Amino acid sequence: MFETLILTLDSTVRLSTPLLLACLAGLYSERSGIVDIGLEGKMLGAAFGAGAVAYITGNAWIGLMAGIAVSIGLALIHGFASITNRGNQIVSGVAINFLAAGLTALLGQTWFSQGGRTPSLQGDGRFRDIVLPGAEQVRDVPIIGPIYAELLSGHNILVYAAFVAVPVTWWVLFRTRFGLRLRAVGENPAAVDTAGISVTWLRYRAVIACGILCGLAGSYLSIAQSAGFIKDMTAGKGFIALAALIFAKWRPASAMFACLLFGFLDATAIRMQGQEVPGIGEIPVQFFQALPYILTVILLAGFIGKAIPPKAAGIPYLKERS
Amino acid sequence: MSGGQLPRWVDYGLIPFLNLAAAFLVSGLVVILIGENPIDAVKVLIWGSLGYTEGFGYTLFYATNFIFTGLAVAVAFHAGLFNIGGEGQAYLGGLGVAIACLALDHYVPWYVTLPFAILGSALMGAAWAFIPAWLQATRGSHVVITTIMFNFIAASLMVYLLNGFLKKPGSMQNETRTFEDGGRLPFLNDIFPSFGFGFAPVNLALFVALAACVLVWLLIWRTKLGFEIRSFGANATAAVYAGISPVRITVVTMLISGGLAGMMAINEIMGSQHRLLIDFVTGYGFVGIAVALMGRAHPVGILLASILFGMLYQGGAELSFEMPNLTRDMIIVIQGLVILFAGALEHMFRPAIAQFFMPARPKTAQEA
Amino acid sequence: MSETPAIELRKINKSFGAVHANKDIDLVVKKGSIHGIIGENGAGKSTLMSILYGFYQADTGDILVNGNKVTISDSKAAIGMGIGMVHQHFMLVDNFTVLENVVLGAEDSALLAGGLNRARSELHRLETEYELRVDPEAITGELPVGLQQRVEILKALYRSAEVLILDEPTGVLTPAEADHLFKILEVLKNEGKTILLITHKLREIMAATDMVSVMRRGEMVATRETKNTSMEELAELMVGRSVLLRVDKKPAEPKAPVLEVENLTVTDSRGVEVVKDVSFKVHEGEIVGIAGVSGNGQSELLETLSGIRRATRGTLKINGETIDLANRAPDAADMRAKSMGHVPEDRHRMGLINSFAEYENSILGYHRDPAYSKGLLLDLPAIKKNAVDEIEKYDIRPPNPMLKTANFSGGNQQKVVLAREIERDPNILLVGQPTRGVDIGAIEFIHKRLIELRDAGKGILLVSVELDEIRGLSDRVLVMFDGKVVGERGADAEESDLGLLMAGIEDNKIAVEGDVQ
Repeated sequence: MFETLILTLDSTVRLSTPLLLACLAGLYSERSGIVDIGLEGKMLGAAFGAGAVAYITGNAWIGLMAGIAVSIGLALIHGFASITNRGNQIVSGVAINFLAAGLTALLGQTWFSQGGRTPSLQGDGRFRDIVLPGAEQVRDVPIIGPIYAELLSGHNILVYAAFVAVPVTWWVLFRTRFGLRLRAVGENPAAVDTAGISVTWLRYRAVIACGILCGLAGSYLSIAQSAGFIKDMTAGKGFIALAALIFAKWRPASAMFACLLFGFLDATAIRMQGQEVPGIGEIPVQFFQALPYILTVILLAGFIGKAIPPKAAGIPYLKERS
Repeated sequence: MSGGQLPRWVDYGLIPFLNLAAAFLVSGLVVILIGENPIDAVKVLIWGSLGYTEGFGYTLFYATNFIFTGLAVAVAFHAGLFNIGGEGQAYLGGLGVAIACLALDHYVPWYVTLPFAILGSALMGAAWAFIPAWLQATRGSHVVITTIMFNFIAASLMVYLLNGFLKKPGSMQNETRTFEDGGRLPFLNDIFPSFGFGFAPVNLALFVALAACVLVWLLIWRTKLGFEIRSFGANATAAVYAGISPVRITVVTMLISGGLAGMMAINEIMGSQHRLLIDFVTGYGFVGIAVALMGRAHPVGILLASILFGMLYQGGAELSFEMPNLTRDMIIVIQGLVILFAGALEHMFRPAIAQFFMPARPKTAQEA
Repeated sequence: MSETPAIELRKINKSFGAVHANKDIDLVVKKGSIHGIIGENGAGKSTLMSILYGFYQADTGDILVNGNKVTISDSKAAIGMGIGMVHQHFMLVDNFTVLENVVLGAEDSALLAGGLNRARSELHRLETEYELRVDPEAITGELPVGLQQRVEILKALYRSAEVLILDEPTGVLTPAEADHLFKILEVLKNEGKTILLITHKLREIMAATDMVSVMRRGEMVATRETKNTSMEELAELMVGRSVLLRVDKKPAEPKAPVLEVENLTVTDSRGVEVVKDVSFKVHEGEIVGIAGVSGNGQSELLETLSGIRRATRGTLKINGETIDLANRAPDAADMRAKSMGHVPEDRHRMGLINSFAEYENSILGYHRDPAYSKGLLLDLPAIKKNAVDEIEKYDIRPPNPMLKTANFSGGNQQKVVLAREIERDPNILLVGQPTRGVDIGAIEFIHKRLIELRDAGKGILLVSVELDEIRGLSDRVLVMFDGKVVGERGADAEESDLGLLMAGIEDNKIAVEGDVQ
């Protein structure tokens, strides 16, 4: 029983990682007032870039850089549309998702001819699991042993990076000048403008930060969790991350808990498949899959707290003509 | 007051054309990147979609789907609502069509089933739009986000249903049994054999779509409800002043929008597949956004934009046949670029064009 | 006397598309003075100040700060030159603390802690020096508007502003808050700061400034020493000719009451009571004016009576029918059905849909009327005919019902609204700020129409912040302050008398008389 729990939690951590990275990515963007439903596309683009380059170079780190670069590129398109051209941010996000889905499959087929996949990564092409010091020694200690050896140890570097990114994001947001301005521009861009700060440059930086984190999230999928890119491998994770962001009310620590919750639901769904719950029977796996969205809708409905987005989110900034 | 308006033909003709041209230009670059000749690709695409009657039949078939989802998005636009849940609403619409067909196909001819199928698809699509609409109207949760969530919930629900009691007994596929003739719309090829539509699945649903265009035009520009919808979309405060209930308009508009999206399933399920299956919507709902944007939320524009996207779908299929390197994913890329340039970047060329058509006026000539 | 001016503008021009907002503006502002700039809405005051603050760039012309020619390319440059601005709509982040708002844009370093600490002690210093007390840890959006404005002033002072621009600073303030603001400005002046006060209120100019410049239709028409001018002269300069203060009308002949409001209480979305236990009557054949500084509940009163806003308590009696507002909230359509017309205070936001054609706007709110519809459909020929008739009767220009109302001037837009509401022949007409942003010719026309409607035996409730308009049109005047009706006067009320009431100085005797009626 305890072992099952540890194993479920262990896969929760693995499944939460890409959600968390993408969720924090969305947090930077939306806190600055740029709504981003293109998290999915940026992750997918990054996953492909990372998978392809890691295969060609045989180096996961170079792959990661490539993944981040692709994601930033897509983020800049979103920025160009929504900041410079004051276009509709939702439409732009939809376009990014289409572009990424099409281009990754198309280029994947052209370059590798494996039905849109990138070839399987070997050795250093992939991020390996890191065994924390002393993990093997304490493995047999009751309770603490499995927690340390299974749950905390034995993940790849990106998992640790994701969880470190949570306090870092909090610190950036609430303890730095950049964070103060970022939060301000998402609430009242006119206040930022009249304070002599460029709204445009500030929002571009937020969008780039979003690109970097989405790059990490996508790369995790193709060169850490799996050994290569598979067509459409994000499978809606970008949208679950978006749901988690709303669920977390745009706060970093809550984002982590929301992603862990949604990751846990995913892990449970896998574990529960084909199993009878006493008194209820088999719970369909689709129920677990839909649960993050259902929970978010319930939250949005205001039945469990109230999710109020940054006030200026989604509204292009235009100097008022008085 | 306003800085000045561009001539109508610029606003509704030139600018959309330039946006589209930019999208195709970049698509051409992608084709070059793949290592094919973009001119040849365009030739194949146009020939494949318009060059022969069967190909054109396919184009019309795809266009029928886009008309429904495009109208759905457009109606919501007029009320200032962004319904991005066309995917889920169309998916559920399929359920409505399937229920009608499965229940009636043994007993009555298709023309008796059709009204029930239309009703079923519209009701299910509307039902799926209802909760997001209600939540936006009464609890202020934004319809964009909730409809996205409902797309995913719809996907899970339909997989569950098609895995369960809707599933054809003894089948490995997640799909219903195939409908009998009473649940199948006639193909246009059967009605007008002389046209030579061949195997193209274009069917009677095309006329349902055209009728929907006319009805939406009537609704928006000729009815009291349409006046209220447009008032609410243009200025919600003034609408309340005019005694228009925001809750009612939000809900009613979303129901109409969801219903139209749901009706897409008539074409796909009753007109072509003749059974309900997994993932039959695959992006039509999202592309409806692009169709509505390009068509400026007007039924005539939507009709034209739908045919264009229909051409892309059919021509793209032909393309993947003729140029195996350009897989069907190329269509998705082009769609993405069209959505980007015609939608999100729609104002990109405007300042330059405004400069061209309205050079700065002499400083002293105008009174405020 | 040849001291270098703090600010000098030479031949400033600025156009927005076809609108020439500033024409050859010259302005000299002395150091250590309070310089008022007065003009009607749309005269170009705000544009001029936005240019000075770097929010817009002038098309041509020079700006001199302390005698040096400068280019102010953005707000940052303006701040660098010691120019600070308090905007009409506060530039504050509501969910930030006062401290965070003050340091935004002036954080000292990449990490916040240092800047916040400096700001905290600096705020303490400013607080003692200028009597500008605000809790630095308070959430800005939760402060009353007077204090929010103080935060704006603190923001400017924290950035070592020597010149402070205030754009219509009293629009949102109670009279007491406004007085306090003027005291603060006096202190700032004595400390050597230069103040530019933008307003359209003559009283404030007379009370607070040393110099005053008048703008009209984008031009600077005059500059006077305040002590050498008068309200009459300024008013004349503002509008370009003597203002017609009196409206020609016969004494009213009020008959039976058409609208009776009893114990009306309205709470706004923040949970604040904005209308408090208000009772009054409007009779057939009279105009009841509601005077008051804007923001004292008049807007909410009008919106509640017209069915746009919900009341917490109170009853309405219309044409004898009693409605308990707490139980069953009528919406705007219900009120129209009870023969109540409504010319709203803000025609752009509420009275018109400016992206609609004139003929569509001419039935807004009456689109369900059988005269304009056939079953589910609109009766477009009937609607257009009605629009053409109204255009002719009200001399609306350009006389084209297909044109979007966005392309009409303020006066003509207001005529569209007025025509729509009056021509439905309502028993009661609610009118808010009927002549705001309207040219003189249209003002006279509008006033005449309202008198005609009164003489036709209808009841009119008029809300206006223009005291002259209230006094000119009303047969009875109610004064609102802080959500309450604090007094009632007849048609011959003295301006000074109403002024006292508007400042909240109640006199119980008359208020009681008003209740008896």
